[in-house]
Parts: sequence; structure tokens; C-alpha cells
Amino acid sequence: MEFVVISLLNGITYGLLLFMLSSGLTLIFSMMGILNFAHASFYMLGAYFAYQISTWTGFWPGLIVAPLLVGAVGALVERYGLRRAHRYGHVAELLFTFGLAFVVEELVHLIWGKTSVDYKIPAELDGTLFSLFDTDFPIYKGFMMLVSVGMLVALYALLTRTRIGLIIQAALTKPDMVEALGHNVPRIFMLVFGGGTALAGLAGVIGGNAFITEPGMAAAVGSIVFVIVVVGGLGSLGGAFIASLLIGCIQTFSVALSISITDVFALVGIALPEGSQVARLTITQLAPVLPYLLMVAILIFRPRGLMGSRES
Amino acid sequence: MSPAILNRGRLAVWGGCLALALALPLVLKSGFIISLLCQIGIMAVFSLSYNMLLGQTGLLSFGHAVYYGLGAFATMHLLNAIGKGGGPLTTALLPLAGGLAGMVAGVVLGYVTTRKAGTTFAMITLGIGELVAACSLMFPAVFGGEGGVSGNRVVGKEAFLGFTWGPQVEMYGLIVLWAFACTVAMFALTQTPLGRMANAVRDNPERAEFVGYDTERVRFLMVILSGFFAGIAGGLSALNYEIVTAETLNAHTSGIVLLIAFVGGIGFFYGPIIGAILVTVMQIVIGGMTHAWLLYFGLFFLFMVLVAPGGIASLIAVQRNLWQAGLLGRMLPHYLAVTPPVLVLLTGLVGLIELGYALLSGDAGVGAGDTATRVLGMQLHLGAPGPWLTALAITGIGLILTRWIGGRLGVAWNATLATLYGDKA
Repeated sequence: MEFVVISLLNGITYGLLLFMLSSGLTLIFSMMGILNFAHASFYMLGAYFAYQISTWTGFWPGLIVAPLLVGAVGALVERYGLRRAHRYGHVAELLFTFGLAFVVEELVHLIWGKTSVDYKIPAELDGTLFSLFDTDFPIYKGFMMLVSVGMLVALYALLTRTRIGLIIQAALTKPDMVEALGHNVPRIFMLVFGGGTALAGLAGVIGGNAFITEPGMAAAVGSIVFVIVVVGGLGSLGGAFIASLLIGCIQTFSVALSISITDVFALVGIALPEGSQVARLTITQLAPVLPYLLMVAILIFRPRGLMGSRES
Repeated sequence: MSPAILNRGRLAVWGGCLALALALPLVLKSGFIISLLCQIGIMAVFSLSYNMLLGQTGLLSFGHAVYYGLGAFATMHLLNAIGKGGGPLTTALLPLAGGLAGMVAGVVLGYVTTRKAGTTFAMITLGIGELVAACSLMFPAVFGGEGGVSGNRVVGKEAFLGFTWGPQVEMYGLIVLWAFACTVAMFALTQTPLGRMANAVRDNPERAEFVGYDTERVRFLMVILSGFFAGIAGGLSALNYEIVTAETLNAHTSGIVLLIAFVGGIGFFYGPIIGAILVTVMQIVIGGMTHAWLLYFGLFFLFMVLVAPGGIASLIAVQRNLWQAGLLGRMLPHYLAVTPPVLVLLTGLVGLIELGYALLSGDAGVGAGDTATRVLGMQLHLGAPGPWLTALAITGIGLILTRWIGGRLGVAWNATLATLYGDKA
């Protein structure tokens, strides 16, 4: 019971963080039809910017400034890079973001070095929020949840309750019509791209010190976010939300389970032949693979994803 | 094959290439060059196999290294299993086993990946690539864990026609023969009905489906065949380096092969070969000079995507068309005029990047003074503003001049292309 509750809380925290990444990716995908390969690089930039700012002024200014900076970088990338690549079609756009991810990683190597940096949780948030059974739940995890949920509510309100949100939604499906009505659609694209990358940056700010801030963090999270987008269904925000929580929980639960595959089969009454290497693997060892296995299973049994509406 | 495919000019080009490749070690005897050439040969086969997907079938794959890596591991394990019982002849044929392993992987993984095309295919291959890479770390008995699996390509006591494959030159000969055979086979494939249908599926899947072809099946077959050739490339790399690590099948290798094929030119059969030569030479030569080579390479790639998405091969092809139309003379003065400002701009940029690298990674053992000295050819103090301002000024001047003269080049370029294609129409 204790294990389930604690793992669930951890899983939801991680899942919400993942959703901050996958929501931006989904918005950008449904609007421009491209998958931003460099999305996780903006997550990494957020963490590094916040680290740099925290060495000068402490954590709190970074929480605001770093995502804005990341969003500005994203908007510039859209304006001067992607918009140019767009003329050559989707493959060129995808390759542009791919090359960008490459360059960002190298720049991070150049500026902050190849090892991890010491980006710490601020002292105010370092401690125990509450104790459940015998396990402490840190304040910072609660703070992460608060920021993510607040951000998501704000995003939802922006998209559904404001004028700009309505224009964005209209531009998602009928860009030509919106343009004919006198709205500057390229600028909306730039805003959405900037906003999506700023969300990724914010995820980096609060995720970078909870986990680790290092040049490999983009690659580590990037492929998971892609899995989420596929599992949830391309272009579906609701699907991305469910898939984020699902993957978040799968990862936290599987990391904490040290029973082996033989044990799992024994539970349902099947005895596996002993000695094979596969049978001796524990769920913990399998943890990195599980999201991808889920993705493969989804692709075989429900190719459009959990909530996806279209086949692409 | 029809006579049009097997014409005299093409035979001469292919024969000439083979003869040149085999004759190169007679002229360039240094061991460094020979191992560079070996690497180029392997990468050429690998990137050609990649282009069977991206260029011919329109499938952007982010997990092609899986086939390459599995082929390499299969070859290495077979080599070790045969051990003393084999001889040079069996060793020479081992890459075929790598190819078969790649093919089997293509059947299994392609079944999942080829259900979709486009962006979805790209993401699925990324996921599958990560899946296999993560699995490879889970089974150290098969994939050797961190250290990889190593072996010795010299087996048996007797030489085969005087070859043992021990010296690097002999290995080079083997690679050339395999690479040539694979290239011929892959080119022949482009001329078959399957190759043509792959192009149709790339250009217009709906129409291909309408005339009665199963696009999923065409994609599946192309993935299997491409896996076969990637596996052969992996097998060659196993024999060449005599070690295979889990790195051969991870996302980094998949990324590199994509970059190579794209920079070379995915719209042309020979494009990936150009890419393989260019990138391998860049990697060795620039990589030997500066720690920032991956950054330069990434920037170069971004530049190619934005300016010449057809790759180097397309640039060559356009020049050839201009030449044949007698229009190249019109462009040459512009090319010459734009070269100096571009060089100035590059000097400035390289200066800035190298200064940055020297300053920021000085404590990481790069040696703060060294890097800057090497680039600008003088002793510099990184703390002083002088070098920075100079580099910045050079960059600025280069940028302004390049924009100005490059703008005139662009105008002339568009006018010339209009004449060129206007004449044809």
C-alpha cells in the first residue's frame, strides 16, 4: 500500500513534467505538421539557463526568466530557420530540427562542459512536505506538481477562453481561412513555437534540479517524449496527457520493482525454465525498455494511438 | 538488364571507379590514408543502404544503425565461433552473414515500422532504435556490455590466394570488393520494378495504391533489403575494426548516417558516396585539428538544409547542366567573387568559436593558449578583449560583404536557372 501510494505520487509528478514537454510538442505538431526533434533540447536549455541564472541571483528569478529566454530562442529559430526550411517540405523541416538538436548539444558542451553542472534545489524547497507511512514526500515534488498543474490550467484557459486562443485553435485546422480574415498566421506560428519551447524550458527549469542537468539529458528525455506523442495519438492534447501520466507511472513503478520475470510468471502459475538470461532479468532492469514496448504494442493493436483521431 | 542500363559510358565509369579504388593504395602508401579509405568504404555502403529508404522510398528513418550494429555483432560472433576452424575464404564471406542478420532484423522490425510512412515512421524507427539500444545493454553476454565484443580476423593457417586479411591493405582490398558489389547490387535494384515502385510510393502513395500496389508491402520489402546492405556494412566494420561495441547500434550512429546521406544528396544514387567521403575526411582531418568539429559539422548540416537541401550531389548536377547548356561561364565570375568574402566570414566565425572553446574548456586540458594560437597563428591572451574584437570585426565584415556579393550571386543564379530551364521547356 505504501509502495503503491508513494510510487503513484512520484509517477504523477514525473508524468506532469513529461506532459509539459509533450503538450508543447503536440501543439507545434498539430499546427505546423512537423515534429520538433529539438524539443527536448529546449528542455535542456531551460535547465542550463536556470542554472546559470541561479549562480547569479538564486533560483526564483530563473523560474521566470529562463523559460522566457528559451521561448525567445525558440521564436527566433522558427522565424529565421524553420520558416526557411518550410519551403523545402516536411522532411527538410524535420531535418532542420534534428540538426538543431545536434548543434544545441554541442553548444552546451562548449559553454558548460561535458559533465553535469551543480544545479541545486533552492533551500526554501528542500525538505519534507509530509510523511506518508514511513516515507517522506519532499516539498520540491509538491512544488513541481503545483507549477505543472498551474501551467496546464493556464494553458487550457488560454486556448479555450481567450481570443488569441481561439485564433490559435482556428489556425490549427484552417490556416488559410484565418489568414484571409486578416490575422498574421506566420506570426501565430512563431508565437506557438515560442510558447511550446517556453513550456519545454519551464519543464527544464523545474526538472533539471530534480533530476540531473547534463548534456545527455535532452537525448534521454527526447525519445520518451516521442513515445508519449505516438502512444497518445499524434496531435491529441488529451491523449498526450493520458500517455504522459501512464509513462510516468510505468517508469516510476518499474524502477522500484525488483522482482524478476520468472517471479512474474510464477505469480500466474507458470514456471519458466531456469537459467536463461531473459528469465532472470528483473523489472527494474527492464524499466528503460518498457515505454518502447508499450509503443510497439500500441502501434500493433491501435495504430492511431490512444486518443488519436486521424491516420497519418 | 536492358542495354540502356548497361551502356558503355556507365560501364566505363563503374570500371574506372573500381580500378581507381583498387589502385589507390599503390600511390598512397601511408597507413593513415588506408584506414581512412577503409572507413570511407564502409560508410559508403552504410549510407547507400540508408538512402534506399530516405531517397528512394521516402522513409525517414532514425534507427538505421540497428541493422548495421546487428550485422556487425552477428559477424563478430560468427568469426569467434568459427575460430581456428575457418580460413581466409570464410572470413572474406562473413559480411554476408552480417547482411543476413540485418535482413532478419529488417523482417522483424520492419513488420512493425512500415505500417506507416512519413512522420509516424520516423518516430517509430526512433523508438525501435532506442528499444534495441536499451536491450543491447541488458544482455552483456551477447553485446559485450561496455567493452563490446572483439575478435581476430586472421584465422586458419593457410592464406587464400596469398591473402590472410591481416595487413590493413588486404582488408582494404576486401572492403573495396564488397563495397563495389553492394553498390552495383543497390544500383541494379533501383532499376527493377520494385525500385521503381519504391519511387512511386515515395512520390504519390495514393496513386500507387490505386494502380493496385500495396504500399505497405513495398515499404516492407525496401526496409528488408536496406537492412541486408546495412548488415553487410556492419559486417565489414566488424572485420575492419576487430571490435564491435553497443555504440554501433545506438541513436548516434543512426544520426550520423542520416547526416551523411543528406549532406551528400539523397536525390541522387551516388550522393551518399560523396557524403561518406566528405564527412569521413572532415571527421578525421578537422577532428584532428579542433575539439569543436561536431559543432562545425552540425552548423554545416543546418546550412545545407537551409541553402542546398538537395545536397552536394544536386549542386554538382546543376553545374553539369549549366556546363552542358554553355551557361557555366556566366556563373563562374560570381563564384569567384563570392569566395573571398565567404572565406573572411568563415575565418571570423572559426576564430570566435575557437576562442570560445579555448576560454571555456581551458581547464579541461585543452590548453587555453594552444587552440587559439593554432587558429589565428599568433600568441593570444584570452582574457583581453583584443582577439575577441578582432574576430568579431572579421565576422562582421565577412557577413556584410557576403550578403552584398552573395545577393548579386543569387540574382545571377536565378536568372541563369530561368534561362536554363526556360530553354528546355
